[in-house]
Amino acid sequence: MADAETALLLARIQFAFTISFHFIFPAFSIGLASYLAVLEGLWLKTGQDKYLNLFKYWLKIFAMAFAMGVVSGIVMSYQFGTNWSVFSDRAGPIIGPLMAYEVLTAFFLEAGFLGVMLFGMNRVGKGLHFAATCMVALGTFISAFWILSVNSWMQTPVGWALNEAGQFVPAASWWTIIFNPSFPYRLVHTVIAAYLTTALVVGGVGAWHLLKRRDTPEVRTMFSMAMWMLVLVAPVQVVVGDLHGLNTLAHQPQKVMAMEGHYQSHPHGAPLILFGIPDSEAEMIHYSIEIPRLSSLILKHDLNAPLAGLDTIPRDQRPPVGIIFWSFRIMVGLGVMMLGLGLLALVARLRGKLHDWRLLHRCAVAMGPAGFVAVIAGWITTEVGRQPFVIYNLLRTADAVSPIASPAVGASLVAFVIVYFTVFAAGTWYILKLMAHAPAAHEPDLADAPIRSAGITPAPSVGEGR
Amino acid sequence: MDLTIVWALIIAFAVAMYVVMDGFDLGIGILFLGFKVGKERDQAMNAIAPVWDGNETWLVLGGGGLLAAFPLAYAIVLPALYAPLTAMLLGLVFRGVAFEFRWRDPAHRRWWDAGFCLGSLVATFAQGITLGALLQGISIEGRAYAGSWWEWLSGFSLLTGASLVVAYALLGATWLIWKTEGRIHDDARRFAAWLLPAFLLFVGAVSLATPFLEGQYYQRWFAWPGLLLTVLMPLLFGGAALTAWEGIRRGWDWLPFAAALAMFALTLAGLGVSIWPDVIPGRVTIWQAAAPYESQLFMLVGSLVLMPMILAYTAWSYWVFRGKIGEEGYH
Repeated sequence: MADAETALLLARIQFAFTISFHFIFPAFSIGLASYLAVLEGLWLKTGQDKYLNLFKYWLKIFAMAFAMGVVSGIVMSYQFGTNWSVFSDRAGPIIGPLMAYEVLTAFFLEAGFLGVMLFGMNRVGKGLHFAATCMVALGTFISAFWILSVNSWMQTPVGWALNEAGQFVPAASWWTIIFNPSFPYRLVHTVIAAYLTTALVVGGVGAWHLLKRRDTPEVRTMFSMAMWMLVLVAPVQVVVGDLHGLNTLAHQPQKVMAMEGHYQSHPHGAPLILFGIPDSEAEMIHYSIEIPRLSSLILKHDLNAPLAGLDTIPRDQRPPVGIIFWSFRIMVGLGVMMLGLGLLALVARLRGKLHDWRLLHRCAVAMGPAGFVAVIAGWITTEVGRQPFVIYNLLRTADAVSPIASPAVGASLVAFVIVYFTVFAAGTWYILKLMAHAPAAHEPDLADAPIRSAGITPAPSVGEGR
Repeated sequence: MDLTIVWALIIAFAVAMYVVMDGFDLGIGILFLGFKVGKERDQAMNAIAPVWDGNETWLVLGGGGLLAAFPLAYAIVLPALYAPLTAMLLGLVFRGVAFEFRWRDPAHRRWWDAGFCLGSLVATFAQGITLGALLQGISIEGRAYAGSWWEWLSGFSLLTGASLVVAYALLGATWLIWKTEGRIHDDARRFAAWLLPAFLLFVGAVSLATPFLEGQYYQRWFAWPGLLLTVLMPLLFGGAALTAWEGIRRGWDWLPFAAALAMFALTLAGLGVSIWPDVIPGRVTIWQAAAPYESQLFMLVGSLVLMPMILAYTAWSYWVFRGKIGEEGYH
């Protein structure tokens, strides 16, 4: 392999590795920040201590997840330049302002109020503290808004023109660019996925303690809340996912062809391939189990609608089918299981056995990490599915990479792998340790938890400071 | 109005904010292992725990703003500094997680403390190297970086790297003088008394070396009207240094930090004189690298509304955590 090809491959692996690791944390903290705001709001409204205890319990976990999200996120904001400089130069005039808005409207908001949220409970009033929590939650959402707008523009670019330097420059209103065709669907689908991920984690932790017979009021409440979230939101996600798929079919047909495993065109209704082994050389799915015409029904809402296959796409413009075929099935399979868990919980609730049915609790524990897997699988589907382009149909990934020699990229990749596995494995372990004890009455603060020997202290006297 | 100039000033402001605000965070990290295990280290950590994340965000604005307003510069500078920037990012990982991790794992607290210190040190050294590499010049061909991946390495860039370590450490020590009392306050004063002369030596060395890197800097500083500044700068700098020295010696709370800030401001202003109006010194001007007018305008509208808000709630957050950090929890 030529050096340039090696360097390109290494740069792609590095990006995939660092973004996948990074995405785990916001997928959790977006939902958790909102959950914390709800808990604090309920505490202020009802005055019940269990909500405050739950707030303090999850706040400690949030602080860990958020810190890991921040440090892995800064890596991303520089990697566009270090490893994908041609992309940065050419797309900068369009995606740059959107990312700058993410910093200005989201990152500063989160960071500015995080200190008060974590350490300020005894320094500002309850109302102000609640406002700070809401600002952090709002910040996580705004962050998702801008970065998904950038990603969506790269998937469905609109409102651009080329200038004489070969840069993509804005040629329509910014509204058109921000709300590009795939953005609304991707935003809603991703944010709901984050909420589901959080609900599954909260539900899993609650179920774990119920199984261990530590059914404090806090544990019962959080399990119940998580199961409500699941039963209400999982069905919505199915509908949104379907709409997102239809949108993809309209704008990025070859991605859907790869998801479906349709190498051949089907002029009289395409089958839904449930499982099989894709073979891109032979252009066929081995050992496939399929339901006739169902794919046409799902994608075109008509049993006999014709569907084009990858045979209509030149080979050098096809995404790698094997990865997408499987990642898509993992995501959908987990989604169906989430729906099932929600229904199971609903049945248990109606029969008054929500907190006693051990089978339900075992299922909930098993599904605890499912959200992360589904989110990563979905992300792989959409990102690999737009290959070989980084800006769909306009700029190939191979043409977007920095002129960096392969030893440099290889060395940085090894360094990232070692550091991420060390640091984030430790962080995940600490989070699991925090989850291992049940939330209970008199939940300690972040600042004066027994493990923290000194906290942030209030101003000792008036007139100090400034 | 020329929005390119406005954006150059905004980016310069973001970088300056970052250097000053994360400067004292990283400086405390650099000095961290010099503090006694236990209360002293806890206090040093708590002096920045509520604000470090906001401080670091200015780095993201500097990078993101550069991509948005001067995409060509972003696309050339970042590959040119591949190795130091990667090291900086990894250093910042260890620095950032230490704030939470060290409290969660007393058995390995020393490891995370060491990671906090080493991460801060590496990140700072890499930032200093970045500055030196930019000043000494970058190889460019067409619209891309054309040098090797170790072009940044030189005696000069190592000098600027070491200088920034000392500079941040001084800023961190003076922040602790202001924010703490008791043993750690005394320790910080002791450190600052060493760091201030060392800082002056390094600034002197860099200042003497810079004008001789390329013709451009020489002409700026030794021809009229730059000469006026060349004469004025050491005077102002000397005044600030003397003030800092007196503040440290007498243990005045906020004065050493304020004087250190003044020295940073003068240094940054000096850099501005050296570089302006280039975005990559000696190679690419701000106008050559600028994003189109529509991009600049779109961001400027938001920035004019958002920047004052950001500064306001950042100030509020500092106000909430004003005063001295105590030795024990709440007193």
